[in-house]
Amino acid sequence: MAANSDFLLTFQEFDSSESHLGGNGDATTISIEDTGAGSHKPQKQRRSAPVTSFEEDNDPLANDDKTELLSGQKRSSPFWTFEYYQTFFDVETHQVRERILGSLLPWPGRNFVHLYIRNNPDLYGPFWICATLVFVIAICGNISDFLVDLGKPQNKYVPEFRKVTIAATAIYSYAWLVPLALWGLLVWRNSKVMNIVSYSFLEIVCVYGYSLAVYIPAVVLWLLPYEAVRWFSIVVALCLSGSILVLTFWPAVRDDQPRVAIAIMTAIMALHILLAFGCKAYFFSTLEDEHTAVDAVVGHGTKSSPTMKMHRTNTMS
Amino acid sequence: STMHVPTAAPKPNIFAGLSDVSISGDIPVEGEINVPVGTPIQDKEYSTLDEPVKDTILRDLKAVGKKFVHVMYPKKSSALLRDWDLWGPLLLCVTLALMLQGGSVNSKEDGGPQFAEVFVIIWFGSVIITLNSKLLGGTISFFQSLCVLGYCIMPLTVAMVVCRLVLLGGSWRFSFIVRLIVVTASFSWSTFASTAFLADYQPPNRKALVVYPVFLFYFVIGWMILTV
Repeated sequence: MAANSDFLLTFQEFDSSESHLGGNGDATTISIEDTGAGSHKPQKQRRSAPVTSFEEDNDPLANDDKTELLSGQKRSSPFWTFEYYQTFFDVETHQVRERILGSLLPWPGRNFVHLYIRNNPDLYGPFWICATLVFVIAICGNISDFLVDLGKPQNKYVPEFRKVTIAATAIYSYAWLVPLALWGLLVWRNSKVMNIVSYSFLEIVCVYGYSLAVYIPAVVLWLLPYEAVRWFSIVVALCLSGSILVLTFWPAVRDDQPRVAIAIMTAIMALHILLAFGCKAYFFSTLEDEHTAVDAVVGHGTKSSPTMKMHRTNTMS
Repeated sequence: STMHVPTAAPKPNIFAGLSDVSISGDIPVEGEINVPVGTPIQDKEYSTLDEPVKDTILRDLKAVGKKFVHVMYPKKSSALLRDWDLWGPLLLCVTLALMLQGGSVNSKEDGGPQFAEVFVIIWFGSVIITLNSKLLGGTISFFQSLCVLGYCIMPLTVAMVVCRLVLLGGSWRFSFIVRLIVVTASFSWSTFASTAFLADYQPPNRKALVVYPVFLFYFVIGWMILTV
C-alpha cells in the first residue's frame, strides 16, 4: 500500500524493523549515547507511545544484543574512580517515580526490566527503598508494640533500637545477596542452556530493590489492629511484589529444563514469602496480645505514672 | 688578460627581512613587579599568635554562633557554606547523644540508644547523604555538606530540650501531644533549613532525589527524640 510505504519511508530505520518483528515498542529504543541527559529523552518519548500487543519472545531477541553492547559502553571509567559510581546514579526524579509506580502495578507481559530499567540500572532506588523499609519496619513495629502495651499498668516503653540493626541486616542482605546468588545461578544455567534473556547483576538488584517498595505502605497498614486488614495487606503486597519477580525472571528460565525452571521460581517466591512473614512475626506482636490490651484499657482506664516509663514484657511468638 | 671571476656569488640574502628589525631599547614591557611586603604579613600572624587564648576561643564561638543564627532564620546566604566548620555539628551531636542516652544503669532492658549509637547514626547518616548528593551530581563539597547537615540538627536539639522539660511535669497524654507537635515542627524546620542551603548545588531534575534522604534522616532523629 502506498500509505504503508510512506509510513516506512518517513520513519527511521529502527522503527521499520519494529513493525517487522511486531515487537514491543520499547524494544529498539536504545540510543547509543554515553551522556546521561541525552539518552533519557528518547526513552521517555517512547514510553508514552501506546503499547500494542506484542510477542514476548521477539522482544528480548532484538533487545539483548544492544543491551550487552551498551552496558559495556556506559561503564568506561575504571572502578576505583568516583565517576564509575556516578554512572549508577544517573537517574532523574521522574524516572525513579516511574520505576516505583511500575513496581507497584505489575502487568502480565510487561517486563519490569525491559520497560523501566532499560539498561540504565541505578543504585539509588534499591538503596533508599531498603533504607526506608528498614526504618518504617522498626518504627511501625515499635508503635504496634507500644499500642499493645498501652493499657497494661506499669508498662515500660522501650524503644529497642537494636531492632533497627536487625531489620537493616535482614533487608539489606535479602536485597543484595539474593540477587547475587540468583545472578550466579542464571549465569551458570546460561552456560548450559542458551537462554535468550539474561540480566546483569545490577538489573537484578534493581528489580529486587524496586519490588520491595510495595512493602512500605503494607507495613504502615500493619499498624491497624484488625487482623483482617493485616492479612489483606500482607497478601496483596506479596502478590504484587511476587508477580513482579515472577514476570521478570520467568522469561529468563523458561527455556531451561522444566524442573530447573520451576525450582528456581519456587525458590525466588519462597525467599520472598519468608522475608515478609519473618518481618511480620519478628517486629509485630500478634493479635492475642492486643485483645488483652484492649480489655485492660477498658477495665483500668487511663493511667499516668510519674516516671513516665512503662515496662514491656517480651511477647514475641 | 685576467678574467674576473666573481669571487663571491651574491649570497642569497635569507636574512633580508630581518635587517629591518631592530631591537630598540624602549619596548614596553607589561607586568607587575611586586616586592613581597614582609613585615605587615608577619605582623598579622604575630597578632593572631600572640593574642590571648580567650580571644581565639571567642572568635571561633562567635563564628559558630553566627551559623546557629543562620540556621534559625534560613535565608539563602552562603555564609554557612563559605566558612564551614565542624565544631557546631560536633557540639550538637554530643549534646543530642548525651540527652538521648537511654535508660538507667539498673534496667535490664536498656532499649534506648547508647551514646555511640546516636553518634554513629548522625555522622554515618550525614556521610551517606553527602555521598548520595555527590553521586547524583551535586557540586557542593564533602565537608560543606557535612557542615550544613550538622548545623541543621539544631532545631531538633532545641526540641529535645523542650521535650525533656515537658516530660518533667504534666499528664502523660498531654505531654505526648505537646512533644509530638514540637518534634514535628522542629524536624520539618530542619529539613526546610537544610534544603534552603543545599538546593542550589543540586542538578535541577534531581532535587527531590537529594531532599528525600535528608527528610528521612531528620525524621529518624525526630523519632528517636520523641520516643526517648
